[in-house]
Amino acid sequence: MALLELRNISKIYHLGGEEIRALDDVSLDIDAGEFVSIIGPSGSGKSTLMHILGCLDSPSLGSIKLDGTEIGKATQRELAQIRNRKIGFVFQFFNLLPKLNVVQNVELPMIYSGVGGRERRERSVRSLELVELGHRLRSRPNQLSGGQQQRVAIARALVNDPRIILADEPTGNLDTHTGEVILALFRRLSEEGRTVILVTHNPEIAAVTPRKIEIRNGKVATKLGEKLAGLERRPTPVS
Amino acid sequence: MLLFNTILIGLKEIWSHKFRSLLTMFGVVLGVASLVGMSAVIKGMENGMKEAMVAMGGADKVLLRSQPVPAHQDHLADQAPGRTMRDVEALRRSAPLLRLVSPEMALEEVTVTRGDKSIQPGECAGVQPEVLGMNLHTLEHGRFFNEVDEENASAVCVIGVGIRDVLFGAPEKIGVEINPVGERILLNGQPFTIVGMFVRYMSEKEAKERLLAKQLSKTEAGPSSGPKRQKGWERKGGWAFWSKNSTVYIPLNTAWVRFRSAGDLSGVPDPRLSNIDIKVRDLELLEPALQQARNVMMLTHHGIEDFQFQTQENQIESIAKQIKNARLSGGIIAGISLLVGGIGIMNIMLASINERVREIGTCKALGATGVDVFVQIVVESVVLALLGAITGVGASYLLVDFLIVLSPTSNTPVITPVAMVLSVVFSAAVGVVAGLLPAIKAARLEPIQALRYE
Repeated sequence: MALLELRNISKIYHLGGEEIRALDDVSLDIDAGEFVSIIGPSGSGKSTLMHILGCLDSPSLGSIKLDGTEIGKATQRELAQIRNRKIGFVFQFFNLLPKLNVVQNVELPMIYSGVGGRERRERSVRSLELVELGHRLRSRPNQLSGGQQQRVAIARALVNDPRIILADEPTGNLDTHTGEVILALFRRLSEEGRTVILVTHNPEIAAVTPRKIEIRNGKVATKLGEKLAGLERRPTPVS
Repeated sequence: MLLFNTILIGLKEIWSHKFRSLLTMFGVVLGVASLVGMSAVIKGMENGMKEAMVAMGGADKVLLRSQPVPAHQDHLADQAPGRTMRDVEALRRSAPLLRLVSPEMALEEVTVTRGDKSIQPGECAGVQPEVLGMNLHTLEHGRFFNEVDEENASAVCVIGVGIRDVLFGAPEKIGVEINPVGERILLNGQPFTIVGMFVRYMSEKEAKERLLAKQLSKTEAGPSSGPKRQKGWERKGGWAFWSKNSTVYIPLNTAWVRFRSAGDLSGVPDPRLSNIDIKVRDLELLEPALQQARNVMMLTHHGIEDFQFQTQENQIESIAKQIKNARLSGGIIAGISLLVGGIGIMNIMLASINERVREIGTCKALGATGVDVFVQIVVESVVLALLGAITGVGASYLLVDFLIVLSPTSNTPVITPVAMVLSVVFSAAVGVVAGLLPAIKAARLEPIQALRYE
């Protein structure tokens, strides 16, 4: 069974009586351990898809299963819990809290899951060492470079040991070199067995992933990974 | 632990906008300072009034006054007996609901003289020993009158400390405490021997000042500047205390025989008392006690109602009313300032949330529930209010000092712990209420909208 199963997902907005289908009947599977990119131009619906994959939003129609549990009809509270435990977010603008230092930023998801103080500190330090920032624990986000900030954000995404890492244009705000470092980090995480989903408009970045899902006008355009949802079962690609 | 984190994040948020937070807190600071200050002033007033009340003889004291004969008894007016010892004895025997009956024969226009010094006493009266319990007097030196003094109509007197100060010299002026017992003074020219002296009656504030003055004179004994002069210390403690301190008491019979001997048509000295003071056994039983006293008096007066009772209920009521009014107005002022402070907090929290939409969205994406965000905002608001409250309590001390300098009355404002706790609790409540609306707004933010917000 796939880690993520999307079946006939639609997201419909109503703007002044006009019906807008941001997502139109999308079905796809993502297996555990896959390294996937979702690409598409702006306005294609890839952001909407990412929001639904990340449990930030609920679909209007269709079903979505994460780890075998249906989450399409979950309450806000349940969604918050799923985001907290099962999904690690990495954003284009890093989204670190400016008033907290590095280690406090990384501790934040564990505060919401009620992890005790000492364990919280230990786990966030371990997570920061994983992204090679063990020496900047007390720094403020604004004292770090963009690449370092993004690594802090990745450490934060990893700290609750989620099933999925969901990165939204993670290199969009970084120079090419730093971007490559970050992408290499994602590849490493994928090699370590984590499921990583990159959302981007840039085909060059999408090129690093074995599987690409292209979104156009709210539909899955081509399945570059040559995989049809629920029809074909292939072993997890190894890069 | 989690609450601790929430408070820590709240403090950081406040610290990162120091000036803004300070201005916001200012409303609460003013509110709390005025609440604590007001209650201190009112407490001071209350204390002063209570002290004066005790100086006048306590709440359970009832005056038995004379009154003109009522109109329907006008034809009996010439038979009205007035209040005499007959009434006093009858009340003592037949009105068990009364605890004390103290007759007084006041002497008007008395001058007390010793050598070249003289004074008009605040009160000069012939009394019986019951007066001690009635007017709450305590002897410092000597003794009070006894039956022998009454029987012989002895020329003895007991004086208040104010009389001693004038006639013999006050200890703070001459440096020694003089015990006047055994000395002779003249009352309207008649020689009297002092057999006792009362303690000094004063308000708590005066007591403190005297203690301070005593300690000061010990350390710096230098002469005061300028010629020696009377600065009118006696009047300082207020009328009630001054009057009580300049009392001269003589035995009742002495007053009757020596100052009322002119007699009436039948040659008997005027036996009418100027005052009969009564204390009831129990304030709860004031009504029946007065009824009982009235019944006895109607019998001794053959039904002629030439007397009336005057209680201090009205005074107590008016004191209670004044305190209530002062509390109300103080409370309203403090309440309005706290309200304004609360609105300020709400305003700043709303602005803060608009600035932090993105942060809130991030927290929600990381797994914060609506409740988490709600609690965070409310805690921030409460922390802001509480910081203001604590500063306000500190500021109230300054305010009270300022008030003392501004209007040095005998009623020292007293800061009560109750007022402090109350104002802090109030501010916390204001913080919660002010945080509710912004917190609901923040909790309702959709995570995606919050993330999209630029």
